[in-house]
Amino acid sequence: MGSQSRMVSQNLIVRLGARKVSAIVLALSLSLFAAGCKKKAPAPPPPPPPPAKEKPAPVVERPNITQFEAEPGTIEKGQASTLRWAVSGQANNISIAPGIGSVDASGNRQVYPAATTTYTLTATGPGGTSTSTATVRVTNPPVPPAPTPAVAARTLADILKSDVQDAFFDYDKSDIREDARAVLTRNADVLKSVLSQFPNAVVIVEGHADERGSAEYNLGLSDRRATAAKEFLVQLGVPADRLKPVSYGKERPQCTESNEGCWQKNRRAHFEAGQ
Amino acid sequence: MTKKTSSLFPILAIAAIVLSAQSNKMVIDMIGKAGKGTIAIPDFRGAAEAQQYMGTFNSVLWSEIEGSGLFNMAPKTMYPLQVPQTPQDFKPPQPQAAPVRRNAPAPAPTAKAPWLTDWSGPPVNATYLAFGYTAVKDNQLVLFGWFYNVTQNDISNAQAIGKRYFGSIDDKGARKIAQEFAADILKSVGASSLAGTKIVFVSQRTGTKEIWTMDYDGSNQKQLTSYRSISTMPSVSPDGTKVAFTSFVRGTPEILLHSLETGRRLPFYNQAASMNAQVDFTPDGKSVVFSSTAAGGYAQIYRANINGSGLQRLTNVRKVEVEPKVNPKTGNEIVFVSGRSGPQQIFKMSIDGADIVQLTPGEGQASNPSWHPDGQHIAFAWTRGFEPGNFNIFIMDVATREVVQLTHGAGRNENPTWAPDGKHIAFSSRHGSSTQIYSMLADGTDIKPLTTQGQNNMPVWSK
Repeated sequence: MGSQSRMVSQNLIVRLGARKVSAIVLALSLSLFAAGCKKKAPAPPPPPPPPAKEKPAPVVERPNITQFEAEPGTIEKGQASTLRWAVSGQANNISIAPGIGSVDASGNRQVYPAATTTYTLTATGPGGTSTSTATVRVTNPPVPPAPTPAVAARTLADILKSDVQDAFFDYDKSDIREDARAVLTRNADVLKSVLSQFPNAVVIVEGHADERGSAEYNLGLSDRRATAAKEFLVQLGVPADRLKPVSYGKERPQCTESNEGCWQKNRRAHFEAGQ
Repeated sequence: MTKKTSSLFPILAIAAIVLSAQSNKMVIDMIGKAGKGTIAIPDFRGAAEAQQYMGTFNSVLWSEIEGSGLFNMAPKTMYPLQVPQTPQDFKPPQPQAAPVRRNAPAPAPTAKAPWLTDWSGPPVNATYLAFGYTAVKDNQLVLFGWFYNVTQNDISNAQAIGKRYFGSIDDKGARKIAQEFAADILKSVGASSLAGTKIVFVSQRTGTKEIWTMDYDGSNQKQLTSYRSISTMPSVSPDGTKVAFTSFVRGTPEILLHSLETGRRLPFYNQAASMNAQVDFTPDGKSVVFSSTAAGGYAQIYRANINGSGLQRLTNVRKVEVEPKVNPKTGNEIVFVSGRSGPQQIFKMSIDGADIVQLTPGEGQASNPSWHPDGQHIAFAWTRGFEPGNFNIFIMDVATREVVQLTHGAGRNENPTWAPDGKHIAFSSRHGSSTQIYSMLADGTDIKPLTTQGQNNMPVWSK
């Protein structure tokens, strides 16, 4: 039993590492406490000589803490450590602090300290009081890995970018062309589903024009394109209050060359995630 | 794109083909180049320390007068050797009869001293002479400036201006007194000066389109807005104190109103609409017209109070209608751009939306109407004779529909705006990928670049 409390002391010294100086002080005080019932070599240097038992003078001995340890001594935050203890001799009050209170003469208890904690077992009997401590070191768990992309939900912008296509227009026109009908019909299905998936979102219907008309006229023309695209989608059941037309005229071309291929790319209704 | 024939507009078509700008009577009358005559402006000299600023002074004075387009500039190489600096330098040619003025109405140029005929006769053949000098006095640069009609027979009748001008003792001060003197010269022959006028414009030099201001000659360029969005299509109130423009700062295009004096934003109520844009002011400054989708459907022309309240719809057609501009002289009619006949054309209606007539004949695309201060002419951009998008600047007599072409395909020329003098036009021109602002006389000559940095367009010339 003496070797067990020495083991605790040694453990403490090892575990406290950097705080070695204070650990030594602690170990010495433990030895002093133990001195009443047994003789013990000081902790630091080599293996101690076998404990030489001495008969103490008093008739009633203090309670003898034969075991008090934490297993494991180091845990990650959130995990459990088990305190085990055993007290022999006469003791009418045995308690563990902090947070546990009165306990039986022997037993074990799982603890979940949030930070490194030193538990103190106090056993009080007619012969006096004995104490012993056990420390649970708590380390922070490593940062969890980033969630895998496959699992992450696609944003509204992602869905619009991949599943919703631009509707294109003829020069100086805002009528929905045959090819735009097909595109907008497909878009309507996607938009209905995506808008129920994002109940607070609004989709911006951008209207654009090519560079040839005046900036002023193109603003009106592309407003009309955005509105025409919106009206077509609403007819197919997309909620009107979730589509917001915005006219950009020729302010935000996606292509800046001066040829028909480029102009056609800019005569469009385009869909973006709104607020 | 449909190409309507001009058969419905025979007068317009013939006039437009036959007339070139410089020889056109409409333009000649407008800029008044016909009758003002030749002016001589010898270099002024400065007394002592004032001399170091005379380089600036002389070049500014010369370019202000030349840039007015009103005068023929008599070349300096032809000037007499003896240049007067004060009226006292003129000595009537009769040496004996000093106090007598009227005994010999047409004196022969026998004396060596300067006389009016040195300037009115060959080889200078000037009608006008500006002369004088500068000096530093009481911590100011002072110009003693005279402006004479040298065709007069005697000094007392010749003088049109004899005045002092004060500026700081630096190049800025020299510039100021030169501009003020030039303004007085122009005023004395019945013309107004551009000095002091401003041009509001759109510049992208900071990365986003913002509203900027500059002086009429391109100097003193200053950023007015910093929305870091799209701020474009400005217009200026008739008193020159407010600017209204189209802003995307809250998503959809809407109208913002700012003070040009403080730069601060003023209240303007925007209709709930996908688009409120392209404002213009009525001449009394109390109301605005603009293009809006307030009723849904197509952008249409509306009128409202200066703060956006009291909305009144002016047009009602299922075609795009934009760019309303109120006649600045009468306030009772509006020109605007509409797609109601096909490709965008310029129309006119009364201030309440009645009596809509088409002004441009349907050929090509027409845009950017801008009223001349006389309320009888407009400048506009038109693609006639070119591919869609290749605009040139034209002016039109609104009553006769006679048009004159001012630019001829050198780049894309748009957004003409009249100077308050009614003789100059600022416009934007795109060459390659660079769009800059230029000024020119209303006959298409004397083209001067006003901007160089970044992309600049949509000038509005204000008081």
